Amino acid sequence: MRLDQIVDALQLNVLTCSVNLNEIEPTGGYASDLLSCVMSGAQRGNLWITLQSHLNIVAVAALLDLAAVIITEGAQPDAATLEKATQEGVILLSTPLPTYTVIGRLWELGVRNPETTA
Amino acid sequence: MSDNLLSASRVITDKVAENISRVEELAYEIRVREVMTSQVITMHPNDTMQTVLETFRQARISGAPVLEEGNLIGLVSIEDLIRCLLNQDLAAPVHQYMTPNPVVVKGDDSVIEALKVFVSKKYGRLPVVDGTGHLIGIITKGDITRGLLRALERDYQSEEVRRYRASHLFEDIESERTSLILRYNIKQGDFEHGGEASAKIKRALLRLGAPPQIARRCGIAVYEAEMNLIIHTTEGGVIRAEIEPHQISIDVYDYGPGIRDVELAMQPGYSTASEKVREMGFGAGMGLVNIKRCVDWMKLESEWGKGTRLRMKIYLPPPHTHSKGEALAVT
Repeated sequence: MRLDQIVDALQLNVLTCSVNLNEIEPTGGYASDLLSCVMSGAQRGNLWITLQSHLNIVAVAALLDLAAVIITEGAQPDAATLEKATQEGVILLSTPLPTYTVIGRLWELGVRNPETTA
Repeated sequence: MSDNLLSASRVITDKVAENISRVEELAYEIRVREVMTSQVITMHPNDTMQTVLETFRQARISGAPVLEEGNLIGLVSIEDLIRCLLNQDLAAPVHQYMTPNPVVVKGDDSVIEALKVFVSKKYGRLPVVDGTGHLIGIITKGDITRGLLRALERDYQSEEVRRYRASHLFEDIESERTSLILRYNIKQGDFEHGGEASAKIKRALLRLGAPPQIARRCGIAVYEAEMNLIIHTTEGGVIRAEIEPHQISIDVYDYGPGIRDVELAMQPGYSTASEKVREMGFGAGMGLVNIKRCVDWMKLESEWGKGTRLRMKIYLPPPHTHSKGEALAVT
C-alpha cells in the first residue's frame, strides 16, 4: 500500500512538504519510543510509529532509510525538527490517535512486515 | 554527419568542437547492427509495383530490400515507385524497377562506414548484411542520428553518475595505501546535532560507491557511538572514520568519565542514562549491542576517570569485476 493511501485512510497530518507520497510503498512497520530499539529493529523502508517528536527522530529515520515517521497522540515536533526533516528528506506524519490504534489500523490495511504475514 | 554539423554553425566554440569530436568518436565506436532496424519489410522480385505502393503506404516506409530465395538481389525505393507511376506501370514486377546489386554495409562495420556511403552517394537507406551476405537489417540516416544521440545521452548519464558517486577517487589516486579520513568533534549534550556525523559518514560512503547495506550498518554503529559521546561523556569526544577500499575503520574516543564496568555496559538493557535522557527515548541500553551487531570487529577500552576508546571495523566486499559502484574500487 502506498504512503498517500495510508495518509488518506488514517487521516494523518503531513507535517513535512512531501510531494512524492504516492511513490513510496512502506515495507512494513516498527513501533517503539526507544531510539536504540528502533535502530536495532526497524527495517529499511519501514513506517516508524512513535510518541517521540524531538529532533533526534529525524536522524534515526534518515540513517535507517525509513519510509516515514508517524508521531502519535497529537505530539507536535518543533520548527527545528520539521526543518531538519525537510533537509534530510524525512517524512513526518502526525495523528491524535494513540500508537496502539494506529498500528491496529495499519495492520488491517495490510501493512505488515514480510516475516509476520506468512 | 559531422560535415553538416561543421557547416551549420558559423562560430565553433571549444565546447562545440569537443562535442563534434565525441560524435565522431562514437561514429567509430558504434556498430551498424546497434542502430539499424532489424525488423525489415522485404519484397519479392515478382511482386507488382502496386503491392510495393500499398506496402510502403501501410508501413510508412520509403524503401525495401528485394529478396529472392533469401538472397539480397536489389532495393526498391520510393524514387523507383515514382518512375513507375510516371510510366503508369503499377502492374510491372518489382525486378523491372528496383536498383539491382545495391551497396550494402556489414552489421559489424562501424557507423562511420555507413555515414561515408550516405555522404558520397545519394542513397536514403542501406541494407545491412552479415558476414555471409545475408540480410539482417536496414539502416537510414535517421537510425544513425538516433543511435548517436542515444549514445551521447548514455555518455552524459554515466559521466553524471561518476561525478556524483566520486567512486573513481580510489581509482584515480595511486598509492601503496589510499585512505580517506573523516573527523568529527562531538560536544557533550549537543542533542540538537545528534546523528549528524553518522549521517555524513553514511552519505560519504554512498558517494564513494559502498553498497547501501554497508553504509546503513556503518551509519547505525556510528550513530550509537555518537549519541554515547553526547549523552555519557564529560566534554564530548572525537569520531574518526578512515575509509579504505577494503574496509572502514572507526575510532571513537573521549576524555571521560570512562566506563566503570565494560562487560556490564555491553549487556543488552544496561544503561546509566539519566531520567531526562531516557524520556527522549535514549538509554535503552542497546547502543553497544547495536554496534556489535553492525560491525565486523569492535574493541571497547575504558578506564574510569580517564576516558573511553571504541574501535570498530566494517569490511568491504571485494569489487565484482563488472558491477560498477557495488564496492569501493581497488586499483
